[in-house]
Amino acid sequence: MNENAIYRPEQHAIYQPKNRSLKWLEVRLPILSLAHSSFVAYPTPRNLNYWWAFGAILSFLLGAQIVTGVVLAMHYTPHVDHAFNSVEHIMRDVNWGWLLRYAHAVGASMFFLAAYVHMFRGLYYGSYKDPREVLWILGVIILLLMIMTGFMGYVLPWGQMSFWAATVITNLFSAIPVFGESIVTWLWGGYSVGNPTLNRFYSLHYLLPFVILGVVVLHVWALHVSGQNNPAGVEPRSKQETVPFTPHATIKDLFLTVVFCILYAWFVFYLPNYLGHPDNNIPANPSVTPTHIVPEWYYLPFYAILRAVPNKLLGVLFLMASIVILAFVPWLDTSKVRSASYRPLYRQFFWVFAAVCVGLGWLGSKPAEGNYVLAARVLTAWYFIHFLIILPLLGLVERPKPLPASISEATLRKAPGAAVASGAAAPER
Amino acid sequence: MTATTASAEPTRRDFLYIATATAGAAALAASVWPLVSQMNPDQSTIAAGAPIEVDLTPVAEGQVIKVFWRGKPIFIDHRTPKEIKEARDVDWHTLPDPQSDEARVKEGHDQWLILIGICTHLGCIPLAHQGDYDGWFCPCHGSQYDTAGRIRRGPAPANLALPPYAFLSDTKIRIG
Ligand code: HEM
Ligand code: FES
Repeated sequence: MNENAIYRPEQHAIYQPKNRSLKWLEVRLPILSLAHSSFVAYPTPRNLNYWWAFGAILSFLLGAQIVTGVVLAMHYTPHVDHAFNSVEHIMRDVNWGWLLRYAHAVGASMFFLAAYVHMFRGLYYGSYKDPREVLWILGVIILLLMIMTGFMGYVLPWGQMSFWAATVITNLFSAIPVFGESIVTWLWGGYSVGNPTLNRFYSLHYLLPFVILGVVVLHVWALHVSGQNNPAGVEPRSKQETVPFTPHATIKDLFLTVVFCILYAWFVFYLPNYLGHPDNNIPANPSVTPTHIVPEWYYLPFYAILRAVPNKLLGVLFLMASIVILAFVPWLDTSKVRSASYRPLYRQFFWVFAAVCVGLGWLGSKPAEGNYVLAARVLTAWYFIHFLIILPLLGLVERPKPLPASISEATLRKAPGAAVASGAAAPER
Repeated sequence: MTATTASAEPTRRDFLYIATATAGAAALAASVWPLVSQMNPDQSTIAAGAPIEVDLTPVAEGQVIKVFWRGKPIFIDHRTPKEIKEARDVDWHTLPDPQSDEARVKEGHDQWLILIGICTHLGCIPLAHQGDYDGWFCPCHGSQYDTAGRIRRGPAPANLALPPYAFLSDTKIRIG
């Protein structure tokens, strides 16, 4: 791509504080101008749609999880004999404890929901392509950290599902040849899931969100270096094709965050247990496995992939591969065209893939028998075919629609009767 | 070209670099080790994992009891003659994890099957006297074990493990 033709953030006027004490600070730590150029003057493409608000929603949710989590930690006891009761204590005795706990539990679901929308947005509009590969990979790292954090958090209430989720997931490592058993013992700090396991999970569950926060800072940094992608998938060429972050993106992000909070609040206040599993209200019992072990909804597609493979080691490898493969998408997708709006074939395969993911999620909640297993195998195969065969091949065989020469043209083209502006370069729709 | 030849020889400075790097790496490894090792079972956990003795007299024929050793459930199965026969009638060479029934019990105590009651797939506790092989059925992902605790069908890769144990008398065992 032609570096010079792109309109870049640093071309914006640098913020100069007027106030004397702020000037004093600015010379010693230019944090105000950093904030100003990142969140006020920062130019965003003028054609962003609401799918671009999910980054802000995610930032809000990360904050919400940290705040509710730190407060819950003031009342929670990480010990196998007390953990379950301390959670009941939070629900019954602590002032507003029920609200804080439900906000945190439902918040985790909302966090994953927003992250999945955010990622599908990236897949649809090709946001992972040159020059945003590192930005995308940081996102995949965030996803991995989220998965670990969510899992360890789910273990803390020490109900039946907590205990057995901990057992099944840590046992995934026993599939590793030779060292598997020693690794699992090391993870447990014992010969089975027990008090040492609960303690270390608590420690890590407290730590990881701050690691996520760190990676989010890198993620946003990378975003501000490459600039945002946009629905047209062509880079802004001039100042006229961008608008300043504040007020345009700020207000738009805020509005959708509020709308999203309605959904969040609806679950917190009306269906707080809908997304959880009733068995987790039974205290952990190491001698009885619940008849149906199912993970939280946001892990179901991965769980379906694990169960679809009839071999233990391969099942675990497929599970890991299904996440890690995302990091390679920038290179698996051979098409130079970013936005699916201009890729008629990819657009169809995108929706097939989205349906496959939802289907895997549904199958993950079903017992692993009969036709369910068969269906899970077909969908698992498609999941990988999509990345390993469809994406590389499409770039070679697909004839993309003519790209707009600029963002202005892309937006004008949509408005009927206004499409004449750029003459020969304008393709008919 | 004396200068070039001289610098191709290892100098005293090269030696110092390598020695320093080696010492640094050793120091780093030594300081990381406690951080890694602290996660392994601690002394009290190891002590609590000492052997246990179990009296077999109350276990009736056809009954399976569960005891805990090292936080793991141990199945003590007093098998019926029919169950023993089923376990011995199959051609064990064709099983997924081939092992004879004789190799899974102590000689002269054929009716006592002592197993670690943890599914070798991902660690759930299988249910006794269920499944197509009259042995154990794992509710988590559907693994099925026979009356010798051998894996017959499902995702589990191996037979139910045998704990270390010995008969102290005909009615008493020590596990561990
Ligand atoms: C804690 C979780 C996350 C937070 C807080 C977060 C935050 C953000 C924010 C604030 C933006 C800018 C606004 C926007 O364009 O939406 C952004 C952009 C982006 N994120 Fe994330 N993100 C998270 C997770 C992820 C994940 C899991 C992925 C994918 C694997 C990802 C991929 C991207 C990409 C590719 C962009 C650039 C989007 C574009 O401009 O087209 N993010 N993120
Ligand atoms: S844990 Fe028993 S079948 Fe998976």
